Amino acid sequence: MTDKPTMIEFRDVHKYYGDYHALRGISATIRAGEFFSLLGPSGCGKTTLLRTIAGFEGISSGAVLIDSKDMADVPANKRPTNMVFQSYAIFPHMSVAENVGFGLRRDPRSKADKAKAVEEALEMVGLKGYGTRAAHALSGGQRQRVALARALILKPKVLLLDEPLSALDKKMREHMQVELIKLQRQVGITFVLVTHDQEEALVMSDRIAVMFEGEIAQLADPETLYRRPATRKVADFIGTMNFIPCTVLSESDSGCEVEAKGLGRVHLDPGQCPPLRGGADPVVGLRPETLTLVYPGQTTTERTTPGVIDEVIYFGDMTYYDVYIGGTDIEVRLSMRNVPGRPILEVGAKVDVAWSPTALVLFR
Amino acid sequence: MAQSKGSGLDREARSGLAMVSPTLIYGMLLLAAPLATVLIYSVLTGGGGTVTWDFTWDNYVTVWTGDVYRAIMLRSLTVAFGVTLVTVLIAYPIAYFVSFHVEPSKKSLWLFLITIPFWTSYLIRVFLWKVILGYNGVINSGLMSVGIIDEPLQWINYNVGALITTLAHAYAPFAILPIFVALEKIDRSLLEAGQDLGESKLRTFWRVTLPLSMPGVIAAVLIVFIPTIGDYVTPDLIGGGRLPMIANMMEVQMLKINNRALGSAIAVSAMIIVALIAVAFVLMNRRFLRGPK
Repeated sequence: MTDKPTMIEFRDVHKYYGDYHALRGISATIRAGEFFSLLGPSGCGKTTLLRTIAGFEGISSGAVLIDSKDMADVPANKRPTNMVFQSYAIFPHMSVAENVGFGLRRDPRSKADKAKAVEEALEMVGLKGYGTRAAHALSGGQRQRVALARALILKPKVLLLDEPLSALDKKMREHMQVELIKLQRQVGITFVLVTHDQEEALVMSDRIAVMFEGEIAQLADPETLYRRPATRKVADFIGTMNFIPCTVLSESDSGCEVEAKGLGRVHLDPGQCPPLRGGADPVVGLRPETLTLVYPGQTTTERTTPGVIDEVIYFGDMTYYDVYIGGTDIEVRLSMRNVPGRPILEVGAKVDVAWSPTALVLFR
Repeated sequence: MAQSKGSGLDREARSGLAMVSPTLIYGMLLLAAPLATVLIYSVLTGGGGTVTWDFTWDNYVTVWTGDVYRAIMLRSLTVAFGVTLVTVLIAYPIAYFVSFHVEPSKKSLWLFLITIPFWTSYLIRVFLWKVILGYNGVINSGLMSVGIIDEPLQWINYNVGALITTLAHAYAPFAILPIFVALEKIDRSLLEAGQDLGESKLRTFWRVTLPLSMPGVIAAVLIVFIPTIGDYVTPDLIGGGRLPMIANMMEVQMLKINNRALGSAIAVSAMIIVALIAVAFVLMNRRFLRGPK
């Protein structure tokens, strides 16, 4: 993965809208052939950043390079990128085939060859035989496929996707996530996806840049992002995380010693102590699935802390428990898979909570 | 719920009829009745201030074979086509500018300003052009006083060009508004998509913006063309009586010579020609009018 060449490079990109500082020094590289996501809440600048790649948005300072070429003077229609718009932007006055073939006007191939290319592109997105349909008569999912075919037929170096799944219902969205991954592997083109849905980003991406307020807070692969978030904000944005107040006792090259409320004294490896400091009171973070209930009669080799169940939330395949730990007012959420023979415990039950020091991340 | 469905519907129908009847009576009296009168008059015998119940096609024969009528009808068509072309060509950039380059918060102000010429009477606006273009008008006296010309320019007044200028100005807002509405409805991401797919801004305009705004252009063409062909104030004032259009002929036959039958035949003939041209134009452009917007 790391030896893949660079496809897109941002060099200290800034963007101002009047006084508003939309992009605050973005520096990052996107590798050739990877599925890259820009993830963040609305207004974080992720769409603006995507539009600087497409050329719809100029930048105030810095540089955007695509395939090692500075894009400063290259207009949108001359860039080796194509975009799938959030609204899909299907031309309503054209048929499906005319939409897909829109970008082929200057293509030197014969009319018949172009028609064949259009038919192939439609087949690739699962719309074989839809060519003569009127564009305005399509469903949301079909429009998106047309938008994909229309962009991919031009064989761009980079495909840009601006929240392409947000207009679809949940079932369709999950289906299209898998289809997009397959399609990306099939065509081998660099995909850059903008999304505010952390689950979507985790499912689809090779790497994810998490953005807040015009800056990249963390750029990593999904697993690192989930297991070792760099800041409390990232941890909070991605999945569920329990935050437990703690004090840092000592810190050295071999990690740090912390005293966490309700858990006791813990040694953390250097990887669990990200160097970033937000200036807030230190906390340790724990994902719900790294905590387990120790049922009566069971034993565990993990460290345990006594707890009292405060809330039980039943999800069918899972049950979430909110538990006060270590005789404190600190409450953690943990999730247990509902396997046969495992009872659902009741509110007020006294339990032991097992946890592993390696699952902790320190934020300060 | 329990009452019979039939009587319920009857009552609904009755109250519906009662509600539309004022409009219906108004429409019958002011639109259908005059039109029917003109149609009937056109096939009767006229002259000397009266119309007699004597069926004849003579009026139509006169209108369709007379050289004068044909020449005047052709002039009317030339002026109407010219006005339509000039108006739409001027209106489109204005509508485009307001739709694409004016801040959203200021668009209504711009539209308001565009309608300002309508605050004065049509007659006064036409007369102002006479003042501007006339033999001793603003342009001629202005150019003469600064010594660019020695005697008044003849080619700017009392001709078809002057008619077109005046009428194009008068109808400009009617063309700007429908084109503006059509442009406003275009999803801006479509234009970005056009460029994203490799087309320049100009090409994107040609392939995306223009076809999508055609319903507005078609509306503008019809709104300008149909009333222009029947205009009689402008030819009278600007043309100085030397450039009559078809409506002036109707006026002469109806009010001056008092041959209402012939006047009616001219009116019906002009109506048929305008209707045929309008239908042909819409059919020519029907591909732009398909599908939901």
